Amino acid sequence: MSDFPARTDVVVIGAGIVGNCLVGHLSRLGWTDIVQVDKGPLPNPGGSTGHASNFIFPVDHGKEIATLTLESQRQYEELGVQVSPGGIEVARTEERMEELRRRMTSAKAWGVEAELLTPAQVKELVPYIEEDVILGGFHSPTTSVVDSLRAGTLLRDEARDAGHLQVFPNTEVLDVETEPVDHGLPRVTAVVTDRGRIEADHVVVACGVWSPRIAEMAGATIPLTPAVHQMADVGPIEILQETGTEIAFPIVRDMDTFMYERQAAGSMEVGSYAHRPIFHHPDEIPSNDEAALTPTEMPFTMEDFDDQLEDALELMPSILETAEIRYAINGLLSLTPDGGPLLGETVEVANLWSAAAVWIKEGPGVGQLLAEWMTHGHPHLADPHGTDIARFYDHERSERHVLERCAEHFNKTYGIVHPREQWATDRDMNVSPFHPREVDHGAVFFDARGWERPQWYEGNADLVDRHHVEDREVEWDRRWWSPIINAEHLHLREKVAMVDLTAFQQFDVSGPGVVDYVETMFVNKCDQPVGSSIYTPVLAPNGGFRSDLTVLRLADDTFRIITGAFDGARDAHWFRKHLPRDGSVTFTDVTSATCTIGVWGPDAPALVGKVCEADLSAEAFPYASVQQTRIEGIPVTMFRISYVGDTGWEITTATEHGLRLWDTLAAAGEEFDVRPVGIGVYGTTGRLEKGYRLMGAELESEYTPVEAGLARRKVKAHDFIGKEPYLAAREEDPVAILCTLTMDDHVDAQGRTRYPTGGSEPILTLDGDRIVDARGRVSIVTSAGSGPSVGAYLLMAYLPPEHAVNGTKLQVMYMNELFPVTVAEAGSTPLFDPDNTRLKG
Amino acid sequence: MRVLACIKRVPIPGAKIPLTDDGTAVDDERLGHTVSPHEECAVEEAVRLVEAHGGTSTVLTVGPPDAEEQLRAAVSTGVDQAVLVPTDGADWDPQRTAAAVVAAIGELEQADGPFDLVLFGNESADAGGFQVGIRVAVALGRPMVQGIKEVEVDGDTVRVSRPTGTTSEVYELPLPACLGVREGLNLPRYPTMRGRLVSRKATIAEVTVDGPAGGQSLVALESPPEQEVETEVLGSGPEAIERVISVLEDLKVLT
Repeated sequence: MSDFPARTDVVVIGAGIVGNCLVGHLSRLGWTDIVQVDKGPLPNPGGSTGHASNFIFPVDHGKEIATLTLESQRQYEELGVQVSPGGIEVARTEERMEELRRRMTSAKAWGVEAELLTPAQVKELVPYIEEDVILGGFHSPTTSVVDSLRAGTLLRDEARDAGHLQVFPNTEVLDVETEPVDHGLPRVTAVVTDRGRIEADHVVVACGVWSPRIAEMAGATIPLTPAVHQMADVGPIEILQETGTEIAFPIVRDMDTFMYERQAAGSMEVGSYAHRPIFHHPDEIPSNDEAALTPTEMPFTMEDFDDQLEDALELMPSILETAEIRYAINGLLSLTPDGGPLLGETVEVANLWSAAAVWIKEGPGVGQLLAEWMTHGHPHLADPHGTDIARFYDHERSERHVLERCAEHFNKTYGIVHPREQWATDRDMNVSPFHPREVDHGAVFFDARGWERPQWYEGNADLVDRHHVEDREVEWDRRWWSPIINAEHLHLREKVAMVDLTAFQQFDVSGPGVVDYVETMFVNKCDQPVGSSIYTPVLAPNGGFRSDLTVLRLADDTFRIITGAFDGARDAHWFRKHLPRDGSVTFTDVTSATCTIGVWGPDAPALVGKVCEADLSAEAFPYASVQQTRIEGIPVTMFRISYVGDTGWEITTATEHGLRLWDTLAAAGEEFDVRPVGIGVYGTTGRLEKGYRLMGAELESEYTPVEAGLARRKVKAHDFIGKEPYLAAREEDPVAILCTLTMDDHVDAQGRTRYPTGGSEPILTLDGDRIVDARGRVSIVTSAGSGPSVGAYLLMAYLPPEHAVNGTKLQVMYMNELFPVTVAEAGSTPLFDPDNTRLKG
Repeated sequence: MRVLACIKRVPIPGAKIPLTDDGTAVDDERLGHTVSPHEECAVEEAVRLVEAHGGTSTVLTVGPPDAEEQLRAAVSTGVDQAVLVPTDGADWDPQRTAAAVVAAIGELEQADGPFDLVLFGNESADAGGFQVGIRVAVALGRPMVQGIKEVEVDGDTVRVSRPTGTTSEVYELPLPACLGVREGLNLPRYPTMRGRLVSRKATIAEVTVDGPAGGQSLVALESPPEQEVETEVLGSGPEAIERVISVLEDLKVLT
């Protein structure tokens, strides 16, 4: 064994699937001095990888995870460690059959082979299944089983053979050292192990269930909990033994009982996500020496498995009745508050990276994504929106929050999760000062990363009749939705409405270096007169979207950045990370100090005019400008802007004045029948009618401002992040154009009127073919919702130029059925009020 | 015939056994639990004897309420009845345990008739006192042989044998009798899925009995000093063959 080195470029802690894939990909990307340590032995150090069931169902509803999974399957295949017996998700209920139809839709979107099977067809492939118990199945023939330990060994060997990697198993990390940095985050400097101390420029925590403990050594948080997934190996089973191979029969996922049955040579692995959530603290996991098996193969608690046993027996009685329970574990895996992996640089410590909460099915893809991120400053494989560890606010990092949310979603691992599904636990963490008034008006609150935002108000139910809004016929389409949203929309268009915008994150950057800083961070020119606003993309180094937000110039040396609640934590990390080290710019998160009401509609100027000291005329207070003034004595910052398409202001005041501001505006608005309206109008109906793009939906790092229709005519002289690829994109003919489409017919085969939820439904040609652009990007619905004022149901999607032509007829697949759609606008011209005359008042 | 198997719930440790802070017990909070391999064979033998000769098999333990897990595990492999003699959670000494077992057997026999055979594991997996079985047999006035690896019932007698070096001793005992059996007596079956579901619904009888404590008490447990294990990689691929062969020769695996 080689001597423990004193210095390296990067220490990767952990030799599970993620750590191994990461060292392989770092080596491929040119990192030549990598050290990998693990406290356990090789090839199985005792983490979750060692007891994984190792199967991969390729279909996921989400784009990011689907991308990582398909890329991982490709890499496993390339490594020669994959077989593809196929997999069948079976349904015991009609509700699940509908979910399987939704699965078919996602399979179509990602180009994965799939078919729906009758019970008899399932029986043909899985002769030991009791077909009377099921209503049908979803068959994906490319469902595979991989050897994740072997894959890890191969990737480690590849890096080692290249001379880029030294590996130290049986090496325990005792400390992770950091040093303070002037005007910046502390920086990781070294890892102390029981073999010695090693200095490093970068440290990656790829320690699975132990990750929080290792991160804590450096003062960082990795919000996950070790959780039990029960699995029993039962056998011998003759029909399986006769195959003479590791796996010949398709893996069965018994979705309604949250279980799976997977052949493992002559026996069957029966796994469950149905038992009660069982969590362990990372400090309570036994060491390799103390564990009877491995540390993450905890003692099986049979009583938690008994109900599942009955379910399994019901599905496969002929083979399982007499099968012996030979090996059973409470296997530990990592759960996170929102179910997504934890990737990227930690927000507390510079150059300390997290590579945690990753399943076998995503391992190689994640290894590549993170290696790209560490190498280029941003990943290329996929937009890391849903996996970036920086997405969590501080209040989402507490142990309490982690445990509550994980307990809530554990049993949804095989659950039917609606795209608009809301959390039930740990709510009311962040509420605006207007909250009591909103509650009084019957607000139905949706969660935006801890922020409670009214989605609509039951108190506006009277508007439904007034505006003759129709309900939706199918429960799935109307779940987490209300016709009141459309009625509120029409009320805003006709009169005036108030929208609580407090969840928006507001950051002030100021100081002598601020102009240079903001010009570097943002695409559009920020050095504008005080009182100006700048709506601008924020680019990743690859020229794709990193964010999309508004900047206000409040003073010569102060700018306010306003960004969405879902992106606020990621954005804050990005902006802090790029602050100049000379201290010439300070960053202050003023979100908690502020609250904001949007007042919009034809009567907005009259309403606000009654109480505001400022001259609100278009000449004195032009569109897109900002003024500091007072409303009946309350100091406010007023920003004449609108995301909903009607004139008005975003009015911001100090938190302590919030309730007074609300009451003042509500009282002044009484004569105009002002109503509070929800984010359903703001974020969906109003926005889509205006063709406004949403970060995380239309806007992501795979697409450029040119493709999104957000490129300005001129490019500023100042350098900014992503400028070079942005300039290049402007020179090329776009290979995709963001379009708004209308749905021409909503009626399905059963005669029901359907409304796609905007969950990545594929846009197809009239022949039913997927549409893929020259860069391999597939056309899917990025947002969907009603356009009450344009009388159409609207979808947004990127289309290649040959399809991105107004009037082009295409189809959208929803729940495995095809519906006709038409390209209504190829580009960013709004369908509602295309000239923006209403908007500008 | 009626066969009773006596078992003891013990933790399943890894290579390093965690102790409680005061050093008087194994810290089993994070450990799984089982019974000793000898006792698994006792349970298996009870099931097999009843399968062969008819009758009833019973499993009994003196232990904490959690020992129900081991009783149900025995039922899931085919034992007919399960009896818990609840303790206060502490590990009773051999005399007290034996007295409780004797008292429980008395009650069970009064209700349903005598046991033809009472099977013990040769020794428990944790304390290893080798005492309880013999003390019970003496108290019941029944013959007892330890170290058994073969059992054959024929009418009113049981013929048993135990290995002694290169040969083995064979005994014939009149029934009722007690036996201390060893791992290797049989190959215990795993529970079947159906068996597990049966055991889940089985009634665990409780017999509350106790006995006087004996003179033996535990002073302290100590972990042996950790052994340094050195791992040497002999090489990889075909070029490692010669080194591997020479190591195997040194170990006298190859000659």
